[in-house]
Amino acid sequence: MGEMQIRPLTLNFGPQHPAAHGVLRLVLEMDGEIIERADPHVGLLHRGTEKLIEHKTYLQALPYFDRLDYVSPMNQEHAWALAIEKAVGIEVPKRAQHIRVLYCEIGRILNHLLNLTTFAIDVGAMTPLLWGFEEREKLMEFYERASGARLHAAYFRPGGVHQDLPDGLTDDILAWTETFPDFIGDLETLLTDNRIFKQRTVDIGVMTTEEALDLGMTGPCLRSTGLAWDLRKSQPYDCYDEMDFDIPIGTTGDCYARYLVRVEEMRQSLRIMRQAIETMPDGPVLAENNKVTPPRRADMKHSMEALIHHFKLYTEGFHVPEGESYTAVEAPKGEFGVYLVSDGTNKPYRARLRAPGFFFMAAVDYLSRGHMLADSVAIIGSLDIVFGEIDR
Amino acid sequence: MNDFHDRLTKLVGHQCQAIEMKGGELVLHVALADLVSVLKAVRDDTELAVTQLSDLTAVDFPERPERFDVVYQMLSVNNNMRLRIITRADEGDIVPSVIGLFRSADWAEREVWDMFGIYFSGHPDMRRLLTDYGFEGHPLRKDFPLTGYVEVRYSDTERRVVYEPVHLNQEYRDFDFLSPWEGMQLPQVGDDSDTDEEQAGA
Repeated sequence: MGEMQIRPLTLNFGPQHPAAHGVLRLVLEMDGEIIERADPHVGLLHRGTEKLIEHKTYLQALPYFDRLDYVSPMNQEHAWALAIEKAVGIEVPKRAQHIRVLYCEIGRILNHLLNLTTFAIDVGAMTPLLWGFEEREKLMEFYERASGARLHAAYFRPGGVHQDLPDGLTDDILAWTETFPDFIGDLETLLTDNRIFKQRTVDIGVMTTEEALDLGMTGPCLRSTGLAWDLRKSQPYDCYDEMDFDIPIGTTGDCYARYLVRVEEMRQSLRIMRQAIETMPDGPVLAENNKVTPPRRADMKHSMEALIHHFKLYTEGFHVPEGESYTAVEAPKGEFGVYLVSDGTNKPYRARLRAPGFFFMAAVDYLSRGHMLADSVAIIGSLDIVFGEIDR
Repeated sequence: MNDFHDRLTKLVGHQCQAIEMKGGELVLHVALADLVSVLKAVRDDTELAVTQLSDLTAVDFPERPERFDVVYQMLSVNNNMRLRIITRADEGDIVPSVIGLFRSADWAEREVWDMFGIYFSGHPDMRRLLTDYGFEGHPLRKDFPLTGYVEVRYSDTERRVVYEPVHLNQEYRDFDFLSPWEGMQLPQVGDDSDTDEEQAGA
């Protein structure tokens, strides 16, 4: 009997599979239980954000950023606001910077809570998800109290934030930061030393620092390989340079290391949040430059100029000088960048959104080759995939 | 930072059309033919160590003879420096793929092909990425309408999803707020260009 050629089995994973974290269609070529090739088909959530932004004024484009990585909306608004501030050249008041940093860190915890707990459910642990969502709900309440919306906040604006925080909110956030470390402890008792969790994640989806850089990895995925690269430290924006925090790094670059890095990052985020609240000065929360930021409502009641500014800003919008710039922030998933090309009018000529998850998804093929089918679920879970930002 | 700039000028200056600092960002303009060698040089140089291709994208300028800017955002983690390499390509020009140098170019190049129709030679898997199966056209080109050409719906009679030409009950309202302020000569923030020319173009 001659040798038989066995055609690899092609397995369709998704697009409607709970472990696919959204609308991912993953076509797997299998040799038995072993993955020979993974071909992710993305774009099922493609909404043409970049094209839409070209047809909107700079301010109208801002809410689209909430809808990219919808787990940590404000971090992306931050990138857009910073890109415009860089291009127009406006200073952000100190108080606004502190509020932004505070809310970026809330966003980071929101994101890590969702990722860690859904990752846990992917590999068989149900309880963390149920616990984690309770904490997320509290955080979204803080979002709501500041901006009026739980998710799509549209709170950060070029030049600051939309409104000042209501009275008592910072006290409540401070009180929450005291209780949250206990929650992280509880979460860790469920997972960190859990035999099943470790069996599913240790030595799965391993990459070295060189490979991670080559694959375009950023954020916790890059740090899990042992490289302390964090844009909040290396290229600080707003008042991150005044904050005292550490960058957690992993050593092994596997799924388990990515989990550990995220857990520790939540603790560091708490430190930043406390500092941001404690050192938050009084003052305006929006730059007093009415060619870019709207005038106060009270001024509009008796100042004709303020009324004109308001009208002009919300119809024509402001003009951004001709030029191009690349602005990146450390979003919870990694480097979120905006490449903004402006032609001097009131609308962006081109806005390229560099989403961290896009490159993670591209790396799934590389990371899952040679692994078992069930490991692909662990890899996708540990990379922190959200389709809003991948498909844009 | 100056060391980085000097080293860069020494290493690839002769291959670049221009090296400039724009608002604190380092930009290299490179001819299409020199693209791969410049990227390889900055990656392999131990001092520059530009080890990551953060992003790859394109910008469409339809009125230009060479229509597209292909933009490479690079990062050197060791030097904490970013670098932007821009090359120009015309419609129909084939850009060499850099997937052999940076694996992160894989999907980025596929997306540029999908969105702009710029073909990369040497890419092993040049399929569309984000658009629908069987999609026609390149949506991020400036001559592609925002509303697109086709829309999909589920047909009850045919019991499948059907594609139809876009039908809008209301015309897409593209407000142009630039024109009513003709004659206003006050300098506006960021509006230092010639306003007449802008209005004619808008």
